[in-house]
Amino acid sequence: MPAATTTVSESTNPTTLSVPPSRWEIAVDRGFRLSTRLFAWVTVALVFLIVYEVAGNAMPAIRRYGFSFLTSTTWDLQKDQFGILPEIWGTLYSSLLALTIGGFFGISIAIFLTQDFLPPTIEWIFKNIVELLAAIPSVVYGLWGIFVVIPLLRPLATWLHDHLGWFPLFGTSLSGPGMLPAAIVLSIMILPTVSAISRDALSSVPEKIKEAAFGLGATRWEAIFGVILPSASAGIFGALVLGFGRALGETMALAMLVGNSNQISISLFSPGNTLAALLANHFPEAGRGEEPVLMYAALILLTITLLVNITGAFILKDATQRFQGHAK
Amino acid sequence: MKPNSFAAAAFVLLITLVTGCSSSTSDGDAAATLKLQGSGASFPAPLYGRWFKEYSAATDAVRVDYQAKGSGGGIKDFTEHTVDFAASDAAMNDEEIAEVDEGVVLLPLTAGSVVLAYNLPGLSQPLKLSREAYVGIFLGKVTNWNDKTIAAANEGVDLPDLPVTVVRRADSSGTTFIFTNHLSAISQEFADGPGVGKSVNWPETGNFIAAPKNDGVTATIVQTPGSIGYIEFGFAEQAKLPMAELENAAGEFIAPTLENAATALASVEMPDDLRAWLPDPEGEGAYPIVSYTWLLCYKQYDDPAKAKALKELVRWCLTEGQESSPEMGYVRLPENVVETVVGKLESIQ
Repeated sequence: MPAATTTVSESTNPTTLSVPPSRWEIAVDRGFRLSTRLFAWVTVALVFLIVYEVAGNAMPAIRRYGFSFLTSTTWDLQKDQFGILPEIWGTLYSSLLALTIGGFFGISIAIFLTQDFLPPTIEWIFKNIVELLAAIPSVVYGLWGIFVVIPLLRPLATWLHDHLGWFPLFGTSLSGPGMLPAAIVLSIMILPTVSAISRDALSSVPEKIKEAAFGLGATRWEAIFGVILPSASAGIFGALVLGFGRALGETMALAMLVGNSNQISISLFSPGNTLAALLANHFPEAGRGEEPVLMYAALILLTITLLVNITGAFILKDATQRFQGHAK
Repeated sequence: MKPNSFAAAAFVLLITLVTGCSSSTSDGDAAATLKLQGSGASFPAPLYGRWFKEYSAATDAVRVDYQAKGSGGGIKDFTEHTVDFAASDAAMNDEEIAEVDEGVVLLPLTAGSVVLAYNLPGLSQPLKLSREAYVGIFLGKVTNWNDKTIAAANEGVDLPDLPVTVVRRADSSGTTFIFTNHLSAISQEFADGPGVGKSVNWPETGNFIAAPKNDGVTATIVQTPGSIGYIEFGFAEQAKLPMAELENAAGEFIAPTLENAATALASVEMPDDLRAWLPDPEGEGAYPIVSYTWLLCYKQYDDPAKAKALKELVRWCLTEGQESSPEMGYVRLPENVVETVVGKLESIQ
């Protein structure tokens, strides 16, 4: 890349070559480089500072409750008993459900938008509309979930519970807020992330590979499923991991839709709770006794999210490198 | 040349941003208007908001800022001296009071009732709930609307065969405190189980769902057939939700109206520290779940002007302010209570 830029500037602007950069230009250049580096490091330092602060505030709770905090299920302010197993379960379960739904639609959209199904203008409009979903505030999604999604789901959920209640996923009736409405809204919230990164992965599959597949007599669908998707699979996986990370940390919409009930259930219709929702609900009025416990819960959420995001970033990096290798 | 000039522009922008941030620190001038800062309970927040706005408009020398962050948050700000006054639905307990060196004056400014709002399609007359019935519902023992404990008090009413969905507060809240305080007073089983608190350990069954804030609970009840939940009177009235008639200590079924709440208040004797609880008010016609909500002030202020302004403000709220209470869904303080509180006001220095 750098080589290409120099040749362009040499040919189009021959006078600059003879004039050495002035001291001012050198100073500005250095200053700019220095400040960007500084800000990059400040960002990294900030993450560490946050982890340090949260862990420091959580220390009393970590000492007092230790590992049992992660494995017990009661949250009782009156009796000083705290455990977040239902919240850990709810966080992972709702995110996985959202990922299953949002991943399927996100990747489908990405395929639809990259494989020449549409004229470029319409493709561009679609792409932007999907990305606009990311601009809708969380609270609006929550309200939409309460007033639109839940009433829409209720007849279906009641039917499923009445007729297929023996199946664990439909084991309870839907009282309103619960896992499924939360997961559906969450899946729409992660759709822009999943589809945008999958689209990048799909469009960075080299044209030559596609042509080779067609040359061997593959149909369009055979080319997509047999060649293009596998080539982009690492990037798509990265998209799913980042979407998962996004789903883990979502707060307001979940606090409004998940039901905030401290229980572990596999049923799609039963209310549950997530770590982020727990924090959002309890922090504003937390007293001195509760604050360290909430910080401890925040630390666990931070750890889960960081782990997922770091993994995702690594896979994505790996994938992009591989594509660049192919392109040469 | 182009990339370089862009870099220069960006650099200059960064510099201005950095220096710009550091230079705009304080606005300096010793304010001509006196500012009173408060925070706390969200239960009386609509009323306080109106009072403080009206008062600020009437007296141009004083401005009052109130942040409704919840009773617990208010008490925390108050003990840490980041505010001039605070508000709490659960007053303050002895431990909390001991932490404030200057001493604390607790002033009940208004009162409100907590109601049981429900969503039962096809029910025309108001639901009557006996003590056994509503304690049972919130203990998770009464799980269907056609349960005989509910039916006993509602003769001739066709109760639907529908599971009971209990909607509770997800966040810690003064409303929960008032409600659990009442339930614990009338049921030993509830006192031994969930107990009294701003956030308690409710039964963990699939038919208990929680929503944040009074408006969250209200919206969930509106959306969920077969649901019942506890909210502040004003919210239920605004959402036009039906409210249950509750059995009081005298055994009557009482509708939650402002008059019935005022009757409950009248039956209580104000103690010296003004921390009067009405977990289960006696007397005929008294609605059972009513509570005062308090303003927390320091006994001693560094700035005499501030103390004076605060006293003026509270006096105004207790007299002229009371006129607007019923309109906003809050109970007017009885005359004798107003007198006591005004008297207590003098202890602020």
